[in-house]
Amino acid sequence: MSAQVETVDAKPCSACSSCNTSQLTRLGIKAGGWDYVVALMGNPNTGKSTIFNSLTGLRQHVGNWPGKTVTRAEGAFSYNNNKYKLVDLPGTYSLLSTSVDEEIARDFVLFGQPDVTIVVADAARLERNLGLAMQVLEITDRVVVALNLIDEARGNGVTVDERALTRDLGVPVVPMAARRGEGVAELLSAVDNVAQGAYPTRPRRMKYRDAQLEAAIVTLAAQLESAFAGLPNARWVALRLLEGDESIVRAVHEGTLGEIRQPNTFVNLTKLEAR
Amino acid sequence: MAARSAEILETAAQLRGEIGDDLHDRLTEAIYADAEEVAGHAVSRSGQPRRVHLDQLLDRVLTSRVWGFPAMILMMMVVFWLTIAGANVPSAMLAGFLQGTVYEALHAVARAAGAPWWLGGFLIDGVYLATAWVISVMLPPMAIFFPLFTLLENFGYLPRVAFNLDRLFKRAGAHGKQSLTMMMGYGCNAAGVVSTRIIDSPRERLIAIITNNFSICNGRWPTLILIGTIFIGATAPPALASFIAASSVVAVAVLGVIFTLLVSAFLSRTWLKGEASSFSLELPPYRPPQIWQTLYTSVIDRTLIVLKRAVIMAAPAGAVVWLISNIHLGGSSIAEQAVHLLQPLGVLLGLNGVILLAYIVAIPANEIVIPTILMLTLNVAKSGLASTGVMLELEDTAQVHHVLTGMGGWTLLTGMNLMLFSLLHNPCSTTILTIWQETRSLKWTTIATLLPVALGVVVCFLTATVARLLGII
Amino acid sequence: MTLSQLEVGQIAKVIKVRSENAERRRMLDIGILPGTVIETVMRSPLGDPVAYRVRDAVVALRREQAELIEVQSVAQETQMEMKR
Repeated sequence: MSAQVETVDAKPCSACSSCNTSQLTRLGIKAGGWDYVVALMGNPNTGKSTIFNSLTGLRQHVGNWPGKTVTRAEGAFSYNNNKYKLVDLPGTYSLLSTSVDEEIARDFVLFGQPDVTIVVADAARLERNLGLAMQVLEITDRVVVALNLIDEARGNGVTVDERALTRDLGVPVVPMAARRGEGVAELLSAVDNVAQGAYPTRPRRMKYRDAQLEAAIVTLAAQLESAFAGLPNARWVALRLLEGDESIVRAVHEGTLGEIRQPNTFVNLTKLEAR
Repeated sequence: MAARSAEILETAAQLRGEIGDDLHDRLTEAIYADAEEVAGHAVSRSGQPRRVHLDQLLDRVLTSRVWGFPAMILMMMVVFWLTIAGANVPSAMLAGFLQGTVYEALHAVARAAGAPWWLGGFLIDGVYLATAWVISVMLPPMAIFFPLFTLLENFGYLPRVAFNLDRLFKRAGAHGKQSLTMMMGYGCNAAGVVSTRIIDSPRERLIAIITNNFSICNGRWPTLILIGTIFIGATAPPALASFIAASSVVAVAVLGVIFTLLVSAFLSRTWLKGEASSFSLELPPYRPPQIWQTLYTSVIDRTLIVLKRAVIMAAPAGAVVWLISNIHLGGSSIAEQAVHLLQPLGVLLGLNGVILLAYIVAIPANEIVIPTILMLTLNVAKSGLASTGVMLELEDTAQVHHVLTGMGGWTLLTGMNLMLFSLLHNPCSTTILTIWQETRSLKWTTIATLLPVALGVVVCFLTATVARLLGII
Repeated sequence: MTLSQLEVGQIAKVIKVRSENAERRRMLDIGILPGTVIETVMRSPLGDPVAYRVRDAVVALRREQAELIEVQSVAQETQMEMKR
């Protein structure tokens, strides 16, 4: 894996020691505790599994999400002296519907509060893939967008200016061609930075041009924020409430919504498993 | 706190009512509008999209009116041929090693240790032998079939297959992706059942699960090939023998597809009636598959699964086979008595008592059906070729023919019905267990187990009766 | 006209999505909304389903689904422009 990265065109950051993939050690699932939890999501067919495999080296633990017949893969790796647990979420087009896959993905990001969420997007189909990224940005600040399949985009004559994207989205955007090993080092670096708080993300929050919708969200969000102090994603919760999302309704009713603050992943993860 | 929560929920309900039913629409439009804006700043297109042309060219062939189906059939034949041909040598080698070398060694150790004959028999001839059989028969084909299947999937071809076949499945009231789970079942039915997760609607998933058994898994191919060669191929002039034999196997496979569609149609109109779910299939661009990665994951995955299955399921089956053959009650072994008991039913179905008993004990694993049949036939006929309760294989197909017809009384009808029954019998125990795990429903697991065997009984009875009425047999 | 009437190779703009419930959500998820540009790419050998290009991705839809999507064909020269 490191060999492949070294043959890529030299970039300034690959000379820097903290950005070196040879620091990546794949731990499989034998990692005892972990320092950070990373969630991996994206549309289907975006090469998400390739990225997952690059990071965990095929030593994955594959099982089911608790109580559901949906495959769950997780693995671990260490980078820059930090241990990361990587959880593969089901591939989905959006987080708004009632399918089991989407429920699992959004509940994990909202309640499980991973330290970093990687959203994999297909560079040649950006418009369609951005929807998911933008929804995730409503739930959490700590996002890294992996702009995968840029080799395919190049072949199709499509170029993506990742700087413009980074500027617009407010989070790191890493161009990658994971099946060739391109971009893996940069992805690791970005994830590490975001996890440690070294990259102050300023995620783009959606402002609904629809006035009535926007007003409804503002009202509900205000109520939520006063009832649950410190709630970081009141607008998203408000949106889910408007749609009648059962998990959220239950969380409001039981008061457990108040427990969502800064990522405190160990606690949150065990709670999620117990749900 | 509780008061505030209640207030929030009330406000939400009220606002929801005010916004109305098209909330989701407006939301999605807003998101796409934003996405378009951001993408607009970042994306630029230039030059000729040459890869798109290549993709379109491939699709033009693979989904065309003329070439689409032939291409699919060709692809299927190549996969099957590679699996069968490629597995031959490794299977023979494994068999020689496990059922030959290691087997002999184990017996030598048992003798040296002074173990009583029944302990050696039970553990080595029963438990070990069945496990070894499953491993040597199942492991090589699975290690070839699944990587091939995964490669096709990663390449992007499989969605095209679902695209081509969807209309048939739609008419049967099923989901287009069932064509994919059906194909997975040709490797292993348990894997086919798990793969039905790609179908979202529970109703359509159940149909796919129940009909998956009509895909002939790797474990049943040797039975079909052997019987097809000995009984069907043998009826043809020598020059055409292998062609006719192969055709008979293909015919049974095609029959399996027909049954899949018919039973799906039946289920979707009766027990599993309902609306066709929202269908949409993404056709990703063709991408070069990551060969090494796929091979590695597939082979490791498959190997472990087969080994686990062999130990958990086949071992006890082997024990049972050995026990019923060697425990004597009132002068004859349980096996002999069972064979006699089942004989009338067997004959009615155009089969015989040996076959029925073999299928009953082989519920755990299809691979041991033929070895058990041979052993039981020889044991019942008191032939010295087989020790009691020890499964065996005969090298020469002519010898197999002689044993089955001469000692077992088999006819062409028996051979044919065995092939039919091989297609239409209950799923193996691993598959039954998997169905239970995936559905968590005792009712549907039972239906999935009994429906195929009920069909098998009916079909065999019909063919036997018709053959007798027409005086063919 | 409806999407099911769009010939292979032709481009159209979505005017209205008549699908309901889960079906509707599916269409929206794929990106079929009023104003979206859609092109018919190919038909299955058995005639159904039909593959359409929506927002750079190719998706197959059954006839019943395509019949619920109202589209307006886009003028010839504009089509040539779009394809380039």
